[in-house]
Amino acid sequence: MSSGYLSLTDADREEMLAAIGVSSVDELFEQVPPGVRLDRALDLPPALGETDLVRHVEELASRNVHTGAELSFLGAGIYDHYVPSVADVVLSRGEFLTAYTPYQPEMSQGVLQAIFEYQTVVCELTGMDVSNASGYDGCTVAADACFVVRHAVPGRSKIVLAETVSPQVRQVVKTYAPGFGLEIVEVTHDSGTTDPDRIAEAASDAAAVLFQQPNFLGCLEPAPELAQAAADAGALAIAHVDPMSLGVLEAPGEYGCSIALGEGQAAGNWPSYGGPHYGFLAAKTDFVRRMPGRIVGETIDLDGRRAFVLTLQTREQHIRREKATSNITTNQTLLALAGLATLAWLGPEGLREVGEACLSLTHYARERVPLEPAFEAPSFKEVAFRTPIPAREVVRRAREHGVHPGYALGRDYEGMDDVLLVALTEKRTVEDVDRLAEVLAEVCS
Amino acid sequence: MTAPGSAWPDAPLLFERSRPGRRAGRPPRPDLPVPDLPESLRRARSPRLPEVSEPELVRHFTTLADRTFGVDTGFYPLGSCTMKHNPRVHERLAALPGFRDLHPHQEDEAAQGALELMFRLQEMLAEIAGLPAVTLQPAAGSQGELTGLMLMRAYFADRGEERDTIITPDTAHGTNPASVTMAGYKLEKIETDARGNLDLDDLRGKVNERTAGLMLTNPSTLGLFDEGIEEVARIFHDAGALLYYDGANLNAVVGISRPGDMGFDIVHYNLHKTFSQPHGGGGPGGGPVAVRDTIAPFLPSPTVVRDGDVYRLDHDRPKSIGRVRGFAGPFGVFVRSYAFMRAYGPGLKEMSEVAVLNANYLLARLKDVYDLPYDRLCMHEFVLSARNLKREQGVTALDVAKRLMDYGIHPPTIYFPLVVPEALMIEPTETEPKERLDDFVDAMRAIAQEAATSPELVHEAPHGRPVRRLDEVRAAKQPVVRYLFDEHPALVGAD
Repeated sequence: MSSGYLSLTDADREEMLAAIGVSSVDELFEQVPPGVRLDRALDLPPALGETDLVRHVEELASRNVHTGAELSFLGAGIYDHYVPSVADVVLSRGEFLTAYTPYQPEMSQGVLQAIFEYQTVVCELTGMDVSNASGYDGCTVAADACFVVRHAVPGRSKIVLAETVSPQVRQVVKTYAPGFGLEIVEVTHDSGTTDPDRIAEAASDAAAVLFQQPNFLGCLEPAPELAQAAADAGALAIAHVDPMSLGVLEAPGEYGCSIALGEGQAAGNWPSYGGPHYGFLAAKTDFVRRMPGRIVGETIDLDGRRAFVLTLQTREQHIRREKATSNITTNQTLLALAGLATLAWLGPEGLREVGEACLSLTHYARERVPLEPAFEAPSFKEVAFRTPIPAREVVRRAREHGVHPGYALGRDYEGMDDVLLVALTEKRTVEDVDRLAEVLAEVCS
Repeated sequence: MTAPGSAWPDAPLLFERSRPGRRAGRPPRPDLPVPDLPESLRRARSPRLPEVSEPELVRHFTTLADRTFGVDTGFYPLGSCTMKHNPRVHERLAALPGFRDLHPHQEDEAAQGALELMFRLQEMLAEIAGLPAVTLQPAAGSQGELTGLMLMRAYFADRGEERDTIITPDTAHGTNPASVTMAGYKLEKIETDARGNLDLDDLRGKVNERTAGLMLTNPSTLGLFDEGIEEVARIFHDAGALLYYDGANLNAVVGISRPGDMGFDIVHYNLHKTFSQPHGGGGPGGGPVAVRDTIAPFLPSPTVVRDGDVYRLDHDRPKSIGRVRGFAGPFGVFVRSYAFMRAYGPGLKEMSEVAVLNANYLLARLKDVYDLPYDRLCMHEFVLSARNLKREQGVTALDVAKRLMDYGIHPPTIYFPLVVPEALMIEPTETEPKERLDDFVDAMRAIAQEAATSPELVHEAPHGRPVRRLDEVRAAKQPVVRYLFDEHPALVGAD
């Protein structure tokens, strides 16, 4: 039985084979040497019709405990912010969904304009001059930035990473670094934040310093001082930032950073067990010709009308090949456009209000939860608590009460087995925090 | 304002639709005091996000969707990109709350359905490649390539061998050489022979003890299966080197020939090409990688493993190259590709057969009006040249591409591969009915005719799109890559 995704009738096939001048489909494959042909059927489970397929996949989905099925305070890089229904307008329009990279601008003015708008929004949030059309996620854009820096700062081949940067981001940078000829140095934290003096010391022969604001431990870094310490040492400052914080927190471009990047998921994408999401990457003008990935620019057509087009393509792999600024081709456009729709839906006031809701709920949790905060530094939307028993055990016990209390930092940091990182987005309520406090009191006693 | 009778309504930027004080979303505001932030960290100037109401926001994106052409709009034979139909059930399945709202840090025991789906996907991909071990982590094909090269580096380092060169053919996608540079390898290029196969003599002279491996797309970007692939594999393996399969063109051979059986050691798949993740205007994609047992210890961490009836993420991989992306990969993409493969089952072979049949049909019906540089049966795509039109009428591949738009067809890939002048690289995919293929043939033949009778019609195409041809030089020389608000240059009627 032929798949419903195929469109040829038996009569079509006969006519087409005749036009080609062969008698069977097998003849078309004669160029494949017999020695490498598969002489049996693929060993795959039998085909399912749509009704059975849906039943089977729904059954798999039902075995996961999602954020609607338990009261969740999980964050640590992926956040349960509200995704507005206007994001669905982007995701469900077949034209956006089923187009590819806009190589032919006359066919793609809509998606090109949307990317141009996305780039503008990212520049506004971060205080930068140029943004690309998206990278894979908040980890790979950090590696991309290291490749930019490698060429932008001649003679320096070291990158300094604050230990308070997301562990996954640091792992990806370390995976890429040998190929770039880069050495990675990490700077430990002091009570949850990074000491600018230590950055200055480590960066004396470094090309760049990467820090995260708010950091992975839930603390607000002295970001302007870190950027200044990098600059004093002759290194570029790169900030990994949370887009949902940038209605209340200062833009990295305003305090001396050359590059700002981050995970876009919080702005407009569902958690989706880790992806697909989008990474954003923006920089000051000096780096425009070293940026990785697609960039959309404005121009005019033959009649002088405004139009949009992929530009500065001499940076890219399909033109420059081995001399390209990156190998990236497929990116995360659809997810980035959901981000654009979400940020436009919020507007400047809404984004500030989301930030304030995070700040106030986190402050409330700090007061309300009957555990000691692990760090003194102020928070944005996450706060770490010391637990009297291992944090992983707290998670296990709390889940039995229908509450996922957060992330056990001992998964990544030595000596933090008793530290629990609790995330609060604007979707949580005062009552939710009260419930968390109640359950933590019970399971920690 | 849109002029009366205009085919395409004006499309103001979101920032031009913005009015101070207007808004759409009103997030919840808990009845709590907002703590003060330290002065040095507090935002001084509000970001200039658009201020729009929901009705205008929805209209905005609808207008932009109308100005975008997708597979849902019409025929999209963009060579090497496999623009097939994307079944709509996939969107419904990926949006099930059990997937969409599942946090990636959720405990393994509370994510068993997701882990089982990933494990089963790994198994199906392994069977299709003929290689046993799979990582789902890479985010796209080019990241799969880079992952493959890192695996080679780790493999040889583990064996104490120093090898620094990767060989790619002159027909390779640009991502191959770019990935070689990013992985810290040197690049060596191999020529294509008169039949479109790798030139074996050139190859024998260049493969040596410094060679880490080959990166090859098979069928190649010419749409031709390399007839000497067994000898190619022998040459590399005899030198102790590895073979990397760029899966960009896997849609031609699923169930017909497996890269592992061809002799490849490392393979990447493009889930957004072969396995129907929608292309999303540029992405997302998925670029899983499969390898032989000898290379499996080096795969990125974590992988999905099964212990009895329980699935878990395995982070304990001491020889791993490390992590190449966040979490275990783009999970929503896995849901779609898993559903796609389950809908076909072993019938995936028919998918490739029809893709190859459709391509050969177009080739047979067009080769008398356009030049065919390699006169063979093709696989799932083929490359024509417009050099005859250029020579005789001054009409280029670009002109043909632009004129196709007036016939409601997305142009093929043009000027690639680089070894063919005035290249038109055409990939119809398996999902097109014969009528759409015939429409394309009629359009291509009509354009060849127009090139002779009214070349200006072709030179000035497109005539029916929202914009005419663009000044791309201006875009690159005076880059305007974001809206500049009050300082924004007025472009309408410029120059």
